[in-house]
Amino acid sequence: MAGGVGSPGRAQIPWRTLRGDRWWFPPAVTFTLIVLWLLYALVRTSMQRDYFVATYHYLTPFYSPCVTASCHPDARHVGTWLGEMPPLVPYAFFLLPILLGFRLTCYYYRKAYYRAFWLSPPACAVAEPHAKYTGETRFPLILQNAHRYFFYAAVVVSGMNTLDAFDGFHGKDGGVGVGLGTIVMLTNAAFLWLYTLSCHSCRHLIGGRLKHFSKHPLRYRAWTIVSRLNTRHMQLAWTTLGTLLVTDLYIALVASGALTDLRFYN
Amino acid sequence: MSYDAKFRVWRGDASGGELVDYTVEVNDGEVVLDIIHRLQATQSGDLAVRWNCKAGKCGSCSAEVNGIPRLMCMTRMSTFTETETVTVTPMRAFPVIRDLVTDVSFNYEKARQIPAFAPPEGVARGEYRMQQVDVERSQEFRKCIECFLCQNTCHVVRDHEENKEAFAGPRFLIRAAELDMHPLDARDDRADFARDEQGIGMCNITKCCTEVCPEHIRITDNGIIPMKERVVGKRYDPLVWLGNKIGRRKP
Repeated sequence: MAGGVGSPGRAQIPWRTLRGDRWWFPPAVTFTLIVLWLLYALVRTSMQRDYFVATYHYLTPFYSPCVTASCHPDARHVGTWLGEMPPLVPYAFFLLPILLGFRLTCYYYRKAYYRAFWLSPPACAVAEPHAKYTGETRFPLILQNAHRYFFYAAVVVSGMNTLDAFDGFHGKDGGVGVGLGTIVMLTNAAFLWLYTLSCHSCRHLIGGRLKHFSKHPLRYRAWTIVSRLNTRHMQLAWTTLGTLLVTDLYIALVASGALTDLRFYN
Repeated sequence: MSYDAKFRVWRGDASGGELVDYTVEVNDGEVVLDIIHRLQATQSGDLAVRWNCKAGKCGSCSAEVNGIPRLMCMTRMSTFTETETVTVTPMRAFPVIRDLVTDVSFNYEKARQIPAFAPPEGVARGEYRMQQVDVERSQEFRKCIECFLCQNTCHVVRDHEENKEAFAGPRFLIRAAELDMHPLDARDDRADFARDEQGIGMCNITKCCTEVCPEHIRITDNGIIPMKERVVGKRYDPLVWLGNKIGRRKP
């Protein structure tokens, strides 16, 4: 260890860390869960099937908005903007980079993947393996500064998911109906809103950038609410990964006929 | 109740050193600093350690206990088992002077570079008036006791000595945030300074500074990230730039 903690003048200790606790466990869990989630999402978005339950209008968030000619006609409730999709191409291919971008540039996920994937650092007071470090000052990581633009797009996406959830109030006979799928979709949309609104960029834009809260009482009130949500940003980030997966899995199982939707009304 | 604990303490100076084993008495209610003092009194009269208040308020006794940056006076012995060996080393991001004492002058150099609080023109000392709601954010950062544990644990300088020139470290990024958020600070170039002189872009938000802060200041969420967002507003956001150009947005 010639550099870093082994630099000349510093206390000469031959180990990269003296931590005896299981510091490697949280990054290992983060790495495993994120890889599993991404694999699941990759498989599901490229399947091009079991994404819509026509009887109850359940549309999985992984295919929303469904605007290609390949989509089931009832799933295209915001219109048909694109033609047939070739095999393996996700129907919502134009939206997935936005969703990925919002999470990739998210201040919480940055912590998570810098630690778990890039080991920079793997844990506090554990020396990282890289010889050089420039942080987010150069391309491509300087693009992290675009987070607020992904936030704007994420607001639109949350709106789309909310529309899908309302469309899920569809009964067997075409009227209003409520099933477990409706509740699952609503819960997912609610958590997506909470995650989106708890974003650090949102906190800044809604009031954090102000110098004098006293001159902007409404924005201050909004800032305090977002700040309260912001303290739970990490939990919401993981919760929404869970709700997205559960929503998609439930709809896939119902759409494939493996599971019958539990109906509460119609 | 007392027991004999096993301690390993780093002894040496800039030319070299090693971990030295000790067996030392521990009593109920004691903290790591008490044990270091007992070592000084009974076994190693020349053991160097910097300390002052023994109450977690002066920020002097920063060290690494079992590899984790901590204040020795705030680390209770009851958090360890009686059979556990407790390892105490100096902070590993700064040059060592002797034993547990490090040279933290890097931090004072960074502190001197920050432009001082600048009240608006025409407002004299004694005439500062502000509302609590406006100054609350800045006050969180005033809790800092300058123990420099955040500076020590930040991998930007801990793992890369060469970055010390370009990066000010979390303690001074929250100083910048404190001033930028202050209702009576008239400077409008704090974000530019944070980017160009303090190297805020080098921070990758891994939050170790927040984890080790003995004052529980939310350094990253309340200080560095808001400051990064202010930098984005000033330097990277084309909509803000346009808004400023056409006079629809006040900085």
